Amino acid sequence: MTDYLLGYLPILIFLLIAVAMALAAVGGSYVLARHRPDPEKDSAYECGFEAFDDARTRFDVRYYLVAILFIIFDLEVAFLFPWAVSLGDIGLVGFWSMMVFLLVLTVGFIYEWRKGALEWE
Amino acid sequence: MIVQALAFYLFATVAVLSAGMVITQRNSVHAVLWLILAFFNGAGLFVLTGAEFVAMLLVIVYVGAVAVLFLFVVMMLDLNVATLREGFVEHVPMVVAVGFVLLAELLVLVGGWAVAPEAQGVRQAPTPDLAETPNTEALGAILYTDFLYLFQAAGLILLVAMVGAIVLTHRRREGVRKQRIPEQIARRKEDELTLVDVPPRGGV
Repeated sequence: MTDYLLGYLPILIFLLIAVAMALAAVGGSYVLARHRPDPEKDSAYECGFEAFDDARTRFDVRYYLVAILFIIFDLEVAFLFPWAVSLGDIGLVGFWSMMVFLLVLTVGFIYEWRKGALEWE
Repeated sequence: MIVQALAFYLFATVAVLSAGMVITQRNSVHAVLWLILAFFNGAGLFVLTGAEFVAMLLVIVYVGAVAVLFLFVVMMLDLNVATLREGFVEHVPMVVAVGFVLLAELLVLVGGWAVAPEAQGVRQAPTPDLAETPNTEALGAILYTDFLYLFQAAGLILLVAMVGAIVLTHRRREGVRKQRIPEQIARRKEDELTLVDVPPRGGV
């Protein structure tokens, strides 16, 4: 347990340094710099002219489709990691169970390819 | 050991605080950003308990994909705080009633909670010692063989999600000019090109 956690100690130190740097940069400018806000300074900057409309416009639903397809294949790949690590111990059953899993998802992949869900148009 | 305890308290405090920020933020985009922070701290807590693979999964899947999906959903809903607050007063009785029912259910559930004495014994796959088998290997050793049906069910659920997302959101747009590669490749010089011998000063 201790050896395992020691492997993560550099990441913890890195995280702490990152947080300290971020706090120092933002906090330092907050404490040291002068603040004289006015409406023009606080308004959104859009290449020199007045902002056309609110930044919160509605997105096309196509972005959502791409995102959810990405999540599904992300999960599929996530299942591959433990399989690859322990492939030597789980024998033929483990190998073929992953092959069936991949086959099922390939069916979905072919479906989405044929449907044109991957094309942006 | 002391570093471990400190890290635990750090991750746990930030996780709880950012989870609180998620539900109190007015701006829903900010709420999603706090949610990402909560996911990161959850990953830290998983690392501390030895569940390495689950921690990495939390970072890859939840921070990398689910949070992006949440952001898209927030953008698509076009939430406006002013319109959300409209009709707040007339909905209060309904909201209170639903909240009360949920609270009552929670109380019944927690009040009747008892850990079965044999629960520890019937666990199918006790976690092996971390010093001998890493977490990822321990997962892989049972996931694809002992839990084969559940694993295949997960594959089917992913398939249903994929098909469902396409059926619900994908539609062909009319009037879109697209590149038709087979037609481009099938073009022959003889079909498209004619050579005209133009006499000098004669015109075409």
